Amino acid sequence: MTDLQTVPTDNKTTIDTTGTLTRELVAHLRENRTGLREEWLRRIFETELLTAMTREEVFAEATSVYDSYVEALETRTLEALQAYAQNLSERIIPRGVETHEVVGIVLLLRDVLARSLFAKYHANFKLLNAVLDAYEPAANSIAITVAVGFVQQRERIIREQQEAIRELSTPVLQVRERLLILPIIGVIDPQRARQLTEQLLRGIRATRAKVVVIDITGVAAMDASVANHLVQTVEAARLLGAMVIVTGLSPEIAQTLVNIGVDLGKMNTVGDLQGGIEEAERLLGYKVVLSAEPVSA
Amino acid sequence: MQVPILKQGPHLIATVQSALTDADLVQLRDAIVEQVGRTRARGVIIDVTALDVVDSFATATMRDIAQMIRLRGARTVIVGIQPEVAFAMVQMGLTLEGVTTTLDLEEALEHLGERQNGKVAR
Repeated sequence: MTDLQTVPTDNKTTIDTTGTLTRELVAHLRENRTGLREEWLRRIFETELLTAMTREEVFAEATSVYDSYVEALETRTLEALQAYAQNLSERIIPRGVETHEVVGIVLLLRDVLARSLFAKYHANFKLLNAVLDAYEPAANSIAITVAVGFVQQRERIIREQQEAIRELSTPVLQVRERLLILPIIGVIDPQRARQLTEQLLRGIRATRAKVVVIDITGVAAMDASVANHLVQTVEAARLLGAMVIVTGLSPEIAQTLVNIGVDLGKMNTVGDLQGGIEEAERLLGYKVVLSAEPVSA
Repeated sequence: MQVPILKQGPHLIATVQSALTDADLVQLRDAIVEQVGRTRARGVIIDVTALDVVDSFATATMRDIAQMIRLRGARTVIVGIQPEVAFAMVQMGLTLEGVTTTLDLEEALEHLGERQNGKVAR
């Protein structure tokens, strides 16, 4: 969507015959830049949009948006505006600006400009109609462009974050010969549970592990399906000949599990990671002793 | 396809070399249970490293074998379940409850050896 003419609207597209009108329109918007921008800002503050930003920031952004908007009307291309919208989204999304706010300010600008056109051409109804025919499709496609740009940017950020979490979240670590630990942090969804299990099974095979300590201190909440995944992971590891010790069940999780009646009878649980590793060492026949006084720092 | 059952010291080792039909599994079960008595074996190892599919009948048969062997006074260890197979099995709810499983033959021999000496871990 880079060409205004391709955007369907309810209005008659009279783009080709309205070249002069567009020029007139743009000239009008340039001439009244200060006044219209002030009016726009007044309405933004009035409707309490963009509260996450300071007034000065809103003012600076509004000026650039206004100029890009007029430029898009004039050149009838959306590339520059698209790039600007993306750039703007990148800057304001981390600050918690919501989709409705961004769409809201663009629509406000559209309305403010339309009002000014009404005011200017109200004496000549035919001319007003012609100007609006030139203005409305362009204004609508600008609004769509900005909204789509913002949402796309948001989705891209969400996707990137999900991927980052996914990559970060499943290290299988060897602490001793034949002893692995798998710290789980964050949310376990079916996809992640599957990935976790696959990674663990591969790890067991590669390191010939006999005992695995799964630490779920970092798991905030657990429901029946997550518990079920955990049971499956334990069972799969056992099929490969590795024993699993689960550590770090919080009091809340323990209560939840008992309340929902998940059968964790087959699961070996130890209070914390340290206890789990000690138990694993015992099972593997290790004995850790102090060989000397600890080195003082 | 028949599964060869070899005697190795006090143990019997059955190595599955290709996919088994249900009839093959039944034949394997009968052969093992019979040979445990004849050879006075104390442990039975079933190596399924070569299997890339383990279905519900195979799982049930392995469970049966383990229980029958125990009644005959010996122990069973299943070895070499592939990670993908293990994952698929738990997804389908097929568990080898009460059956010892180990990573490979070496582990299995070690496990059976420990049992003999009354030790739990090495």
